Amino acid sequence: MNKSTQIVEAGLQKRYAKEKRFRLYGLISILISLAFLVILLADIIGKGYPAFQQTYVKLDVTIDGEVLGLTAESPEDKLYSASYSKVIRNALREKFPGVTDRKQKRALSNLVSKSAAYELRDMVVENPNLIGTSGSYWFLAKDDVDVFMKGNIDRNLPESDRRIKDYQLEWIDTLVAENRLEKRFNTVLFTEADSREPEQAGIRGALMGSLYTMLITMCLAFPIGVAAATYLEEFAPQNNKWVDLIEININNLAAVPSIVFGLLGLAVYINFFGVPRSTPLVGGLVLTLMTLPTIIIASRAAIKAVPPSMREAALGLGASKVQTVFQHVLPMAMPGILTGTIIGMAQALGETAPLLMIGMIAFVSDIPQSIIDPSTVMPVQIYLWSDSPERAFTERTSAAIIVLLAFLITMNLVAIMLRKRFEKRW
Amino acid sequence: MKKLPLFIAAGLVVSASAASARDYIEIVGSSTVYPFTTVVAETFGNKTKFKTPKIESTGTGGGAKLFCSGTGIDTPDITNASRRMKKSEFDTCQKNGVKDIIEVQVGFDGIAFANSKKAEQMTLTRKDIFLALAKTVPGKYEGELMLNPYKTWKDVNPELPDIKIEVLGPPPTSGTRDAFAELALEGGCKAFPAIAALKDTDKNLYKATCHEVREDGHFIEAGENDNLIVQKLEANPNALGVFGFSFLDQNSDKVHGSIIDGSELSFDSIADGDYPVSRPLYFYVKAAHIGKIPGIKEFLTEFVSEDSFGEDGYLLEKGLIPLSEEQRESFRAAATNMTPMSM
Repeated sequence: MNKSTQIVEAGLQKRYAKEKRFRLYGLISILISLAFLVILLADIIGKGYPAFQQTYVKLDVTIDGEVLGLTAESPEDKLYSASYSKVIRNALREKFPGVTDRKQKRALSNLVSKSAAYELRDMVVENPNLIGTSGSYWFLAKDDVDVFMKGNIDRNLPESDRRIKDYQLEWIDTLVAENRLEKRFNTVLFTEADSREPEQAGIRGALMGSLYTMLITMCLAFPIGVAAATYLEEFAPQNNKWVDLIEININNLAAVPSIVFGLLGLAVYINFFGVPRSTPLVGGLVLTLMTLPTIIIASRAAIKAVPPSMREAALGLGASKVQTVFQHVLPMAMPGILTGTIIGMAQALGETAPLLMIGMIAFVSDIPQSIIDPSTVMPVQIYLWSDSPERAFTERTSAAIIVLLAFLITMNLVAIMLRKRFEKRW
Repeated sequence: MKKLPLFIAAGLVVSASAASARDYIEIVGSSTVYPFTTVVAETFGNKTKFKTPKIESTGTGGGAKLFCSGTGIDTPDITNASRRMKKSEFDTCQKNGVKDIIEVQVGFDGIAFANSKKAEQMTLTRKDIFLALAKTVPGKYEGELMLNPYKTWKDVNPELPDIKIEVLGPPPTSGTRDAFAELALEGGCKAFPAIAALKDTDKNLYKATCHEVREDGHFIEAGENDNLIVQKLEANPNALGVFGFSFLDQNSDKVHGSIIDGSELSFDSIADGDYPVSRPLYFYVKAAHIGKIPGIKEFLTEFVSEDSFGEDGYLLEKGLIPLSEEQRESFRAAATNMTPMSM
């Protein structure tokens, strides 16, 4: 055995141990990050899944024309403005007679959501012949009842410490015994916009707002970003001071805190151009600024990765520079460009800070119909709900996070699929 | 490129929208009034055929700035405030042509000093709060100020328990913090004649002494989110939290409010004015926009109806403390007659 082999053998044990240790460290760090992810997801899903259910109450309602001051022939605006909450209140009092205390009376009408009266109104406006009839209808239960039904209020606590008092417990127990309380899938969450009453609150408004905002961001950021990247990569003079300056600035912009873009948007779009505040239009414009550097950098990298032989072959066969770029380079770079775009868009989807300055952190309870209607976006909705005092908003906050996460995962999946589908190897 | 028509379309939409009028009410201002205004707005939107107003929570100061920036249609119609409009704000408004402003007081809000139900309820005075949380406190000699040396509540007042002073409160950007400084700290610091005398001689020093909160870890800024403070209190029974009454009301199974100056925090004690750390809430309406933006008048009517801010109104469920009957009457009259305020 020669000397160097001896040295190697002496150190071999140590080197193996070192390698093992290194692998172990790697495994541990992956496990730690996985553990955090699991904790996060378990917490959000654990808190959020009850929000996908909602308690409904069945009431026997007599739509009394006398109480409403209506007949089946009343004009529509009269039908619209009558006080339907009285009808609901009467139905509840009939169900639980003998409530005289003012506080208890109020508690009694609070078994049912305020939306019951509006629902009844819409039914009567639709079909005035309902006046004078009676029937059983299911209405949304008030948030406190809902929270209780989901087991988040402990009935063994002393009465003074509970949101639901003893007399309310009694009513709820009666309703449960008569099968008049039922948990169903919470469709409201997906069909309604924001509301201050948790049982009526939904994410539709924010979802539409996010959709419009993303649409504008994509329509602006994608073409501008790709055009800028193509020019810088293919047409701009090489080793030019100005091109270098632009390049440095683009890279810098990618790292600028997003709130700065919000301030810029406020000063330029709202104050100078007069774009209406709080609309997806201005939100999309601001997020475009934020997304552009990401798209430009990703697109440049993708274009750079197309082998020069492709360009040379096209040029050699007589294609012009523009033809080469549009027919050969860009299609080959497209998977990379798309991935970069989707990652940029996903980032923009989760952004709230720049929207603060342009008034998108707002209470909007109408679903936006166009890009110039006031609206919020998903992350803002989550923020607003997490800041609300009502207990039932806690679970809705987590539910909204789940929906946003699902959205993001879908976007990232699409990015991966696009890459897999169009990826070329050479 | 194929996307070119979209650019042009977007450009057209911008110019078209800038020219067309807004058909919904725009409200800005205090985050404390926000939970109440939003409920009224929603009811208004449901009851009538007008669009639901859009409400931004910008803080009282930020709201006043936007509100007073002019009478153009792109400025807000209403601003919420968790204190009365300042003279300086009113002057800015006048200067920018916002001449007629209708002032409406909504009700009161109380600030809770609460701790976990697992711990005992605290009985504090405003003086205790000042001594425990101010940056500088009176020293041994008359008129001397020293950095706050107190570590436990017992150091502050021998009758209090021997636990570390640990208070979770809102950051300086919050209106609750302003009210906390003004009502609780200043209320306590006025109890020292030497400091009270400063008000006439050295106003800046007086303000600094009475409003500055200690920064040595005994007062912890817990962010704007009051729900978070409640959660942290639950986890740490020794800590005390500062937040709005509506959060206490909603979480009465988890936390209880301290007794301050002998008055327990409750709905009635705030309404009666017994509870010392409570503040009035306002909103201000731009008279110039009435008639230009549809629904402002009807919205006002809804807000000042007995159904909403009255003794049995729906705002009470959200934690608002109502005004007295005469006050309600007078503000209702001001709102329906659209009487502008003066300062």
